[in-house]
Amino acid sequence: MKPSMPQRASPSSMPPAKAGTARQKGALPWLGRMFMGLWYLAGLGAAWIIISNFDADVFKRYGPRMLSGLLVTTQLVVLPLVMGAVIGLGLALMRLSGQRWLSLPANVYMTFFRGTPLLAQVFLIYYGAGQLRPWLQDVGLWGFFREAWYCVLLAFTLNTAAYQAEIYRVAIASVPKGQWEAADALGLPRRITFVRIILPQALITALRPLGNEVILMIKASAIASVVTILDLMGVTRLAFARTFDFSVYLWAAVLYLIIVETLRRLWTRLEARLTRHLGQQARAGKG
Amino acid sequence: MSELIGLLRYGDAGWGDELLAGLSVTVSLALATLPFGLLLGLLLALAQISGERNLMRAARIYTTIFRGLPELLTIFIVYYGGQMALQALFSLFSDTYVEVNAFLAGMVALGLVFSAYASEVFLSAFQGIPKGQWEGAHALGLSRLQTFLLVIMPQVLRLALGGLSNLWLILLKETSLVSVIALNELLRMTSVAVGVTKQPILFYSVACLIYLTLSLISERGLARLENRLKRGEGVR
Repeated sequence: MKPSMPQRASPSSMPPAKAGTARQKGALPWLGRMFMGLWYLAGLGAAWIIISNFDADVFKRYGPRMLSGLLVTTQLVVLPLVMGAVIGLGLALMRLSGQRWLSLPANVYMTFFRGTPLLAQVFLIYYGAGQLRPWLQDVGLWGFFREAWYCVLLAFTLNTAAYQAEIYRVAIASVPKGQWEAADALGLPRRITFVRIILPQALITALRPLGNEVILMIKASAIASVVTILDLMGVTRLAFARTFDFSVYLWAAVLYLIIVETLRRLWTRLEARLTRHLGQQARAGKG
Repeated sequence: MSELIGLLRYGDAGWGDELLAGLSVTVSLALATLPFGLLLGLLLALAQISGERNLMRAARIYTTIFRGLPELLTIFIVYYGGQMALQALFSLFSDTYVEVNAFLAGMVALGLVFSAYASEVFLSAFQGIPKGQWEGAHALGLSRLQTFLLVIMPQVLRLALGGLSNLWLILLKETSLVSVIALNELLRMTSVAVGVTKQPILFYSVACLIYLTLSLISERGLARLENRLKRGEGVR
């Protein structure tokens, strides 16, 4: 049995906040003010660290590099996501084929890549390729595996493919059987049924988990810095190692937060736009 | 071939004992993080359903930050930030050099991330409890606290278990990130073995298989727990 996410229930299920006694009414606002106060303090503290440590030289040297690191991070997210989508869709179809010789390998692949840490996968591919060097040179692939960059791209692609495969599998399986049957009754071939009727509906269901996957990939891309890639995280670590200036980590944190939050909001918009024909019920979930 | 297996042997000649020591650090780190993350996550969820505006805002800021930062960055910030803060604090009294324990830093960082995600799971579980449960308990004369502990929480746990199981599996894998601040957990011990033996494929594969086994065992155990929690739902 796989653990499954709990179903989101109807929105009318919040506990009655009004039922609170007078005593709790007195304590809660006080607690709320205290915690917000702590956040204001933390924000001021972070701002103070950033401002008091501000060094024009460091900023001039590492500011542009951080921006180019941001570009590297973008590539580390976009390329694997796109390539992983193709492989993932293939894997999902293998899983759903009902043929054991197709679904078993896909299942093993997905279990492996979803059950082991991404960092271990990166190490296995990057350092493992070094051990296979003579053989890779014979096959003519050494030029590819010699570069940490390509190894990381490969590891990220294989990893997200496994996660995306699970998303597509669930989404495709969730399209009601009647859709297949109706298309069949209309005389549509199975391929056309899948591409034009099933897949569009499945992708709508897959939108939210895919958005989560994009965000998880942005966060996971920081792992590339461990094998010397100068993405945003890599530049940050380099700058810290050379300057011992802690504020570079805070700069990086701010940048990551801005990216993730912006993307999350854009994705919510996109989702609302793509599901606007489904009316209220599809948008009942949280925004 | 037998040479390769010899490398995994327990004792001075092989790396079996080192890997096992790393595994025990990995498991203890995950187990130590869990209660701290669960409790904090529950408190955050309670803050979000409290209806108190400032409390809700504070909790939202927390979850936004720790769900948005890369785990690796959180680990570095906790580790180096903690070191700096403690150093500053200690320098008031003496000039000893403080070093933050990597295990503790890893536990705090992973716990912060875990609790942020756990609060979302708890929150949606709380929202899955019909309002009538609160009203019914109120009508029976139970206090708010009694209602919460005896009526709401058992049902929330049942609804939240699936999501929390996923978070546990993620946590197990994320412990590997703490290797970057030199905690001798499984992945770092594996890298040490690779450095000496020059056998990356063998050792990283073994490490992956160990992580996989941990995940599969957890999944089994959690499925059992889920069945047990759901025993009240069956048709009698």
